[in-house]
Amino acid sequence: MTVWLFLCKSFIITKLKEAAKYEKKVMVLDFVTPTPLGNSWGLGGTCVNVGCIPKKLMHQAALLGQALEDSRKFGWQFTEEVKHNWMTMTESVQNYIGSLNWGYRVALREKKVTYENAYGEFVGPHTVKATNKRGVEKLYTAERFLIATGERPRYLGIPGDKEYCISSDDLFSLPYCPGKTLVVGASYVALECAGFLAGLGLDVTVMVRSILLRGFDQDIANKIGEYMEGHGINFIREFVPIKVEQIEEGTPGRLKVIAKSTKGNQIIEGEYNTVLLAIGRDSCTRKIGLDKVGVQINEKTGKIPVNDEEQTNVPYIYAVGDILQDKLELTPVAIQAGRLLVQRLYAGATSKCDYVNVPTTVFTPLEYGACGYSEETAVEKFGEENIEVYHSHFWPLEWTVPSRDNNKCYAKIICNIQDNERVIGFHVLGPNAGEVTQGFAAAIKCGMTKEQLDSTIGIHPVCAEVCV
Amino acid sequence: PVLLLEPVPQNPGPQNEYDLLVIGGGSGGLACAKEAAQFGRKVAVLDYVEPSPQGTKWGLGGTCVNVGCIPKKLMHQAALLGSALKDAQHYGWNIAQPVHHTWSLMAQAVQNYVKSLNWGHRVQLQDKKVKYFNMKGSFSDPYTIRGLTKAGKEVSCCVISAILPVCSQIAGALEYGITSDDLFWLKKSPGKTLVVGASYVSLECAGFLTGIGLDTTVMMRSIPLRGFDQQMASLVTEHMESYGTKFLKRCFPTKVEKLESNRLQVTWKNTDLGTEETDSFDTVMWAVGRAPDTEALNLEAVGVKTNSETGKIVVDASEATSVPHIYAIGDITEGRPELTPTAIAAGKLLAQRLFGQSSELMDYDNVPTTVFTPLEYGCVGLSEEMAVRCYGSDNIEVYHAYYKPLEFTVAERDATQCYMKVVCLREREQRILGLHFIGPNAGEVIQGFALGIKCGATYPQLMKTIGIHPTCAEEITKLHITKRSGLDATVTGC
Repeated sequence: MTVWLFLCKSFIITKLKEAAKYEKKVMVLDFVTPTPLGNSWGLGGTCVNVGCIPKKLMHQAALLGQALEDSRKFGWQFTEEVKHNWMTMTESVQNYIGSLNWGYRVALREKKVTYENAYGEFVGPHTVKATNKRGVEKLYTAERFLIATGERPRYLGIPGDKEYCISSDDLFSLPYCPGKTLVVGASYVALECAGFLAGLGLDVTVMVRSILLRGFDQDIANKIGEYMEGHGINFIREFVPIKVEQIEEGTPGRLKVIAKSTKGNQIIEGEYNTVLLAIGRDSCTRKIGLDKVGVQINEKTGKIPVNDEEQTNVPYIYAVGDILQDKLELTPVAIQAGRLLVQRLYAGATSKCDYVNVPTTVFTPLEYGACGYSEETAVEKFGEENIEVYHSHFWPLEWTVPSRDNNKCYAKIICNIQDNERVIGFHVLGPNAGEVTQGFAAAIKCGMTKEQLDSTIGIHPVCAEVCV
Repeated sequence: PVLLLEPVPQNPGPQNEYDLLVIGGGSGGLACAKEAAQFGRKVAVLDYVEPSPQGTKWGLGGTCVNVGCIPKKLMHQAALLGSALKDAQHYGWNIAQPVHHTWSLMAQAVQNYVKSLNWGHRVQLQDKKVKYFNMKGSFSDPYTIRGLTKAGKEVSCCVISAILPVCSQIAGALEYGITSDDLFWLKKSPGKTLVVGASYVSLECAGFLTGIGLDTTVMMRSIPLRGFDQQMASLVTEHMESYGTKFLKRCFPTKVEKLESNRLQVTWKNTDLGTEETDSFDTVMWAVGRAPDTEALNLEAVGVKTNSETGKIVVDASEATSVPHIYAIGDITEGRPELTPTAIAAGKLLAQRLFGQSSELMDYDNVPTTVFTPLEYGCVGLSEEMAVRCYGSDNIEVYHAYYKPLEFTVAERDATQCYMKVVCLREREQRILGLHFIGPNAGEVIQGFALGIKCGATYPQLMKTIGIHPTCAEEITKLHITKRSGLDATVTGC
């Protein structure tokens, strides 16, 4: 009898390796329902196939475009106009992803974890039905189950959305250059994609219904938007698409987008080669038979509430990752939660996943790293008079010679006056924001105060030293 | 390097024109002067650059701004951009290879930026009402400095002291070789270059020279990066070798001669093979250490003690010298890290203690630093060997990992030397003693962790910190293979 059965659309190998380490019989079911345009991918989940990994690589491609321009000022000489080839980039990225898919299959095999490329759903207590792409069904039983099915991009529900629009699920393996692109949405997915598409030389417009990066520090979100606008990305604010029509077929084709103002009756039209929807993601929890085993979900959001040990209301069923209610949708969080869960169950450990002060980074053209409270949530929680915000603009040394973007980079630290000026929020807007933020997140975990920050010597000359 | 004169804390009388006289307008001196001026004191800065043997001079700001950190990092960036150009092809950018680098374009851009900083410093001093004198002098008595301008006028000001690159004593070294004081101001490309030395100055310079396409050789007498963690030092030089820098290990030069072609013929001894070898270069750069110019200051005359071996000024925890009203900070002081940020911090704290109400001393422990070689090395805290020496190998645990930056994958770049380790105490709390990281953007990675170490970070706290994905830094929060276990420390996959 199999001990563990994982239902994955998002796959987190470390968890499986962890369980298998304790010599438990483990099986993983992973299946990717194709996108409306027919796209699918291999083992590894969103992060590996259509998230973090391809995103960062394409972001890097865009950064290299900027590096090319800078390099002229540093003495490098080459032809005036350098063009980017989408297919070369996408092929390289897909090859790398393929190697990761393969790597996971090998790793699972080595750890003797049974893997099936099949769609899993509960049919009764302790029982799951797995259906592969040929429609063959099998039943499996297990002592425990872990649901880690993740999310998929949401569609607008307007005419033409599924037929003509793409999502991030399609973008990273698009077999042709997207051309003039309209990105609908203001999430980090929308802004990161818009950012690198523009960096590769494409004409990009972002259509935003209300605010940018909801949930993030709004002062910084606006700076990000300003920076992107200053670098050639068009923003259409306070409009939503109501219809997408095809003018001409092709790779890419030509699409007409009709949009309505959120503030009145104004209608606008625009023509694009590609429309990328990035308006949110929905949990894959509604069609996996949770009702058959009594697992409660939030009916509105589809998310699964769990206790602080990642256990659902059904004691033998656990859940991790993007589908959890009130938790962060981040790969490292899912990995950490999963690993600790297994250690608690089989190695007698007691550590729970610490969801507080989880750092993150938005890989927009000007990167944004953050850990802890945004300024507005800090004000809300502690009161404006009880917090102190220290901030500074800075100019990375590497941008001086190419005379680029003076005064756009920014760092701010939010301290709780009543608690010894403990640092409760860290925000940095600048190159390599992720690398910079990681260490500060560790320091925040150690309870650092402003005094300790001040007494730390900077490394010179780097961007991060502006924070100490 | 700064020498400070601090007379009695009353209003300056006819004997004491200034409350504070700063000798040396570098990182430490300027920071101290500006801070003191904030307290409403009469402050003067004396800064003078003695031309290098090759005749190179520069403006206000000291080593860091003119012939150190700033131009170094900019030229390092130029070299990194060369690699970026190669990577870019893999990412879809169509650039015809090979791409060529023109020294003079880079040098001019860097020099212009440095000059703007010189100007900026002068403006700042003016704004803060600090008097600035571009002159040199020496102590004539404990409270008076004889200042000599180019014209030789006597003023009651201070003398510049400096820490200068040391040249080799061998024949031809001084006349034909250059140092880092000259490198950043060269108008023409140095061409085929021999860099003598194993310091970070040597490796950083050799690194960027290689990166911009020059035939570069490093000659080392013994070990690289003395004082740094030696395992990391080896990884740094290994990477440089695969990057294209040539190394002459366990060799030292015996003479430098000028050829008719204007090239330089260098002869050296290979101590391993016991042979003598020779080759010709366009440029020979000495990076064999730096020493203070305390003789010129006439310190002996006023009783300021220096270390007989190094020549550096001996100070206590409050930066005081053996003469009560004379202080010293920065590279010129014995036993201190030779880093800009420590000089700046020490300078500010000193001014706050002298003129403000503070009693806070400078904390020189756990100062992070980064070596900007082609593959950068950032570190904070103890090296592994130092930790073993202090605590015993049974009492420390080293967690380590070889990793591959995501950006290297598509670019098909070799990540063999991308490595990190954390050195902890083994006992219950597992406090972190040292952190070492080799990889891109090492300085950015280490800075925040240095802060964590200042807060007494432990290994469990590090493990509780969630990583940011995908970055290189996140691997630090996932370190779990110990050296003791002997297991393969290569990070796999996502």
